[in-house]
Amino acid sequence: MKDIVLVLGGRSDIGLAVAHHFAAAGHPVALAARNAADLEEARADIAIRHGVEATLHEFDALDTDALSGFVNAFDPMPGIVVSAVGALGDQAESEADPAAAALVMRTNYEAPAQVLELFAARMVARGSGTLVGISSVAGDRGRAVNYVYGSAKAGFTAYLSGLRNRLSNSGVHVVTIKPGFVYTRMTEGMGLPGSLTARPEAVAETIFQAVARGRSVVYVKPIWRVIMGIIRAIPEPIFRKTRIGS
Amino acid sequence: MIGKGGVVARGNGRAYGDSAIGAAATLDMRRLNRMLSFDAQTGCLVAEAGVILGDVIATFLPRGWFPWVTPGTKFVTLGGAIAADIHGKNHHRDGSFGNFVEWIDVMGADGEITRASREENADLFAWSVGGMGLTGVILRACIRLRPVESGWIAQQTVAAPNLAEAMDVFESANDATYSVAWVDCIASGAALGRSLVMTGEHVGAEELPHAYRSHPFRTPRKRNLSVPFNAPTGILNRFSVRAFNAFYWRRAQRASRETLVDWDSYFYPLDAVLGWNRIYGRRGFLQFQCVLPLESSKAGLAALLSETAASGQGSFLTVLKRFGQQNGRFSFPMPGYTLALDFPVSARTFSLLDRLDAITLDHGGRFYLAKDARLTATTLRQADPRADAFCTMRQESDLDQAFASAQSERLLL
Repeated sequence: MKDIVLVLGGRSDIGLAVAHHFAAAGHPVALAARNAADLEEARADIAIRHGVEATLHEFDALDTDALSGFVNAFDPMPGIVVSAVGALGDQAESEADPAAAALVMRTNYEAPAQVLELFAARMVARGSGTLVGISSVAGDRGRAVNYVYGSAKAGFTAYLSGLRNRLSNSGVHVVTIKPGFVYTRMTEGMGLPGSLTARPEAVAETIFQAVARGRSVVYVKPIWRVIMGIIRAIPEPIFRKTRIGS
Repeated sequence: MIGKGGVVARGNGRAYGDSAIGAAATLDMRRLNRMLSFDAQTGCLVAEAGVILGDVIATFLPRGWFPWVTPGTKFVTLGGAIAADIHGKNHHRDGSFGNFVEWIDVMGADGEITRASREENADLFAWSVGGMGLTGVILRACIRLRPVESGWIAQQTVAAPNLAEAMDVFESANDATYSVAWVDCIASGAALGRSLVMTGEHVGAEELPHAYRSHPFRTPRKRNLSVPFNAPTGILNRFSVRAFNAFYWRRAQRASRETLVDWDSYFYPLDAVLGWNRIYGRRGFLQFQCVLPLESSKAGLAALLSETAASGQGSFLTVLKRFGQQNGRFSFPMPGYTLALDFPVSARTFSLLDRLDAITLDHGGRFYLAKDARLTATTLRQADPRADAFCTMRQESDLDQAFASAQSERLLL
């Protein structure tokens, strides 16, 4: 039987696309989200369309105390865990309200890092598995428009990098996915540039290929590696004054 | 959600006219696209209205199931198929799509969801199947699939030199599962209505050639062509259409009479060319489809084809089918013959279509709303007395306040 794929943040457009993509390849899938019961239609659709087993799991990434119980409840352990947990938040709101900023920071960094750490421990004990973190190109350099979100993603990217480093000889592989703009409910109405914007299905395809080939850091649209490379290379005194970030 | 002026649900936008353009707003149903349950004993699939027929086939053909009724494109949604009560090449035997719908969930103007079937809320069911989305929003449906043993169709082609012979072929092919004719609409005089009549049967697993027998549902993967731009206006003129029709006719006469065709090529030849409608140029094209009762079919079809041939505005694709029994309250089909023509839009197209309308009325026929973009309310009522009953039903249940399309406003439904 193929590896079970657990999608954390299974309600998101990217999470659902990932579940469909792996299910189409014959993997049983598990969707974890808050109020999981109302994902029943999505679960049924995956199971019927792809003829695989699909399950729902109640999961609140921000409920730190409950994370270890959530992780330990899996038996058997999923072979692949994909974290699609995240929230864009609102930069202006984050600037004005520390609680709003904390929520963005926790959702994009603290919570996904904590839960992946717990899965990593169990996978190391087993000696196999793949952990996939969906980070963002926004983490490659802080910019005025979304630096609270971006900084949390930067933290998550660094976390995944460190985890990959630690687990390099453990049989557990860590994949960092960096989507640029993606057409989802999260970005609805934002007027995204078409040539730089991916569909959730493309993110899912990228993840699927990255897992299959054991790759480490993958940009969904390769052009983003170039763009962010350039943006990262701009010296701070100049970047400070640019409008790139706004 | 429902403002003044009326909304209508829109599926995948495959209607030819304005039936899925809301009078005030349009509801995009494409995200409501989940399959909810399947019973492998009965072949009953419960799915949301935005599920596309092609997805049903992709999911269930490998398991031995196929839709009972399919139109000429697989890119239609289940909700749209029910609302237009679509037909296929097997109407003479199996009837329309609605015959294979067990129940539907319809959301009314108040947001209440009602389950309707032949037993439960039977009036709502009967009006909604073929109701062009004007009885509420179809959210979910249970449809029955047919068991098949392979993804292949055995096709027989008969070249009929004129209309009378084509109709004879249809009548003698009444037992065939599928039948359809391609008509050379340029031919006139003694050759008026010369056609290739094609019948088809699902092929049993045992009847397949050896090479296919181990994987009866595996059919060749085709690369989709797509038309990347709108063709220049005028590329489809009387000369190119005449040349195409003549070529097609000669080639088919030479072709072998029985062929094995995969399901995709058989049912959806045009789907292989994505965006094929762009061949018609920026101004697009208009479809005309009517059905004539059996007794007046011969005279009516001859008049329609003569008028088209005489106009010099060849229809690129002219399709003739035989309809069988039909019980819908407001559905298009009736026992007889249905003729579909398409024309690139030009100044003269509208007056030709008006003349075709008149011929249809003279012969007691009626029009297919899923393909209409230009009928008048008067013509519709002359053709179909059921329109008034439909309209009255909508007024009495206040549906007319909430649900309206550009088409329903034009046709005063």
